[in-house]
Amino acid sequence: MAEPHIPHPDLPPPVSSVGPIGWLRRNLLSSPLNIVLTLLALYLLTIAIPPLLSWAVLNATWSGDSRDACQASHGACWVFIRVHFDQFMYGFYPEGQRWRVDLSALLLIFSAAPLFIRAVPSLVKLRLSLSILVLYPLIAFLLLSGGRFGLSVVETSRWGGLLLTLVIAGVGMTAALPLGILLALGRRSQLPAIQTLCVTFIEFWRGVPLITVLFMSSVMLPLFLPTGMNFDKLLRALIGVSLFQAAYMAEVVRGGLQAIPKGQFEAAAALGLGFWKMMGLIVLPQALKLVIPGIVNTFIALFKDTSLVLIIGLFDLLNTVHNATTNPAWLGFSTEGYVFAAAVYWLFCFGMSRYSQSLEKRLHTGHKR
Amino acid sequence: MSESPAHKLLSDQVMIQMDGVHKWYGAFHVLKDINLTVQKGERIVVCGPSGSGKSTTIRCINRLEEYQRGRITVDGQELSNDVKQIERIRREVGMVFQHFNLFPHLTVLENCTLAPIWVRKLPRKEAVEIAMRYLERVKIPEQAGKYPGQLSGGQQQRVAIARSLCMNPKIMLFDEPTSALDPEMIKEVLETMVTLAEDGMTMICVTHEMGFAKTVAHRVIFMDGGEIIEQNAPEEFFTNPQSDRTRLFLSQILHH
Repeated sequence: MAEPHIPHPDLPPPVSSVGPIGWLRRNLLSSPLNIVLTLLALYLLTIAIPPLLSWAVLNATWSGDSRDACQASHGACWVFIRVHFDQFMYGFYPEGQRWRVDLSALLLIFSAAPLFIRAVPSLVKLRLSLSILVLYPLIAFLLLSGGRFGLSVVETSRWGGLLLTLVIAGVGMTAALPLGILLALGRRSQLPAIQTLCVTFIEFWRGVPLITVLFMSSVMLPLFLPTGMNFDKLLRALIGVSLFQAAYMAEVVRGGLQAIPKGQFEAAAALGLGFWKMMGLIVLPQALKLVIPGIVNTFIALFKDTSLVLIIGLFDLLNTVHNATTNPAWLGFSTEGYVFAAAVYWLFCFGMSRYSQSLEKRLHTGHKR
Repeated sequence: MSESPAHKLLSDQVMIQMDGVHKWYGAFHVLKDINLTVQKGERIVVCGPSGSGKSTTIRCINRLEEYQRGRITVDGQELSNDVKQIERIRREVGMVFQHFNLFPHLTVLENCTLAPIWVRKLPRKEAVEIAMRYLERVKIPEQAGKYPGQLSGGQQQRVAIARSLCMNPKIMLFDEPTSALDPEMIKEVLETMVTLAEDGMTMICVTHEMGFAKTVAHRVIFMDGGEIIEQNAPEEFFTNPQSDRTRLFLSQILHH
């Protein structure tokens, strides 16, 4: 009888192909051109980093209450940020009432936290997110604007800073996605009236710059309203931003819908699913998953576009920072202000980007088409 | 129509009745006066060259395709433009596609329970029990938790059959169910279909599997150019085809 075949044992791979050395070879030194580029990048970094570090950290002033503290050094004056920090966060929201902003933020963070925990079953997540979508805006609005339950009224004109940025971005995103989905479905509808309506809507809003929309909402709209009728300025901006972004979202979602093979629609129809069930259970889950990068792209653009509301006199984060730099007591610190604003925007956008990547990975079911 | 022994066992309850069905794609006349009566429990194989309108014909039965002229009655209900009526009929008519068309974002089990839960309004527990029963019947209960993308083609097609059966349909339509499969997987799918046939399911199957037609079909229909050219019991159809076109087709398909 023949000897049974004994496979050779697996040998460890050569040191040069795995571990840090392997990584270096693969990613930085894989070809002569890459070696040159790596060296060039190293050189640029050595030029750029030390002065940046010395400005932002080593020579920076961190403590003090006035600009005098910064006179001695030639680094960044973070005192400027420290002194204005509350203003950057809350705008002109009355100081004694700012706990209401904190409370709304904490409420959202704690109620939404289970959505980011993997162990929570998806049905629970769905119910939770729907209830957050319905309830949270109401609660947050009551908390922030007051007028009930003994809370003093805080007019929206006093909302500002990061609070306002988050309000506009949050409302814009939660309104734009469902509206965009409906518009995308409408644009592909067989019914000519619905299709025309959606196409017109999308093309109109995509065709005008957001600045124009905001201008029109704040300058032109009041001209058409009867005198004495006052429509909240923030509300007008919110509607403008939401409709504008919904048009973009619609096209992103439509791209996803077009990528779904006809067989999926047919299989769903053949099982007796009606239009809304077919869309909600079969088509949209696949289409939306495909366009997560596009949706997040639109969200990130929306987040940064909120800064445009400064042209209609709303004080979002960027405008609040800008306002502080023109304070006569603090002239000359605009660099610090804008670096801070940029860092805050970046933090939020980067967060969204990372979340979308993890979402994509989690929803990947290894299917091929 | 000739009388095969199996044919006599059929009840005379008509499941599908197509009367003078015509269909045009734009100016192209794809279906020309299709008349077809299918008895309850009858098993029909439709064959013919590609582009002959076989798939289109069976896709008219559950209204995946519209037709411009003629009448189709399924289980006593006439197909109309009424969406609710169409959905009612589709619940009773299962369909298996050439490319399986499983839902890739759902597990095998979810694929099978989706329609019973959302269309038949069955409780989830009951739907799962039914799904597991049919998955066992197509011999892949152990794959229930996997996603379609992780299965072989033959397994996917068997899941697709189970998915249709979970709706407890009165009629099953098969649209070239083995054409996209590797040879070794065709067998497992055909075996599943044979067991289904043995249970007395009313079936219309578009296929080029002539062996399947010989063993399972009560009647073989040959289509060409959007018309039904010939229909007969399988033994007659294969041994004594009536028209030249049928003979040509059979000589091409049986000699490869």
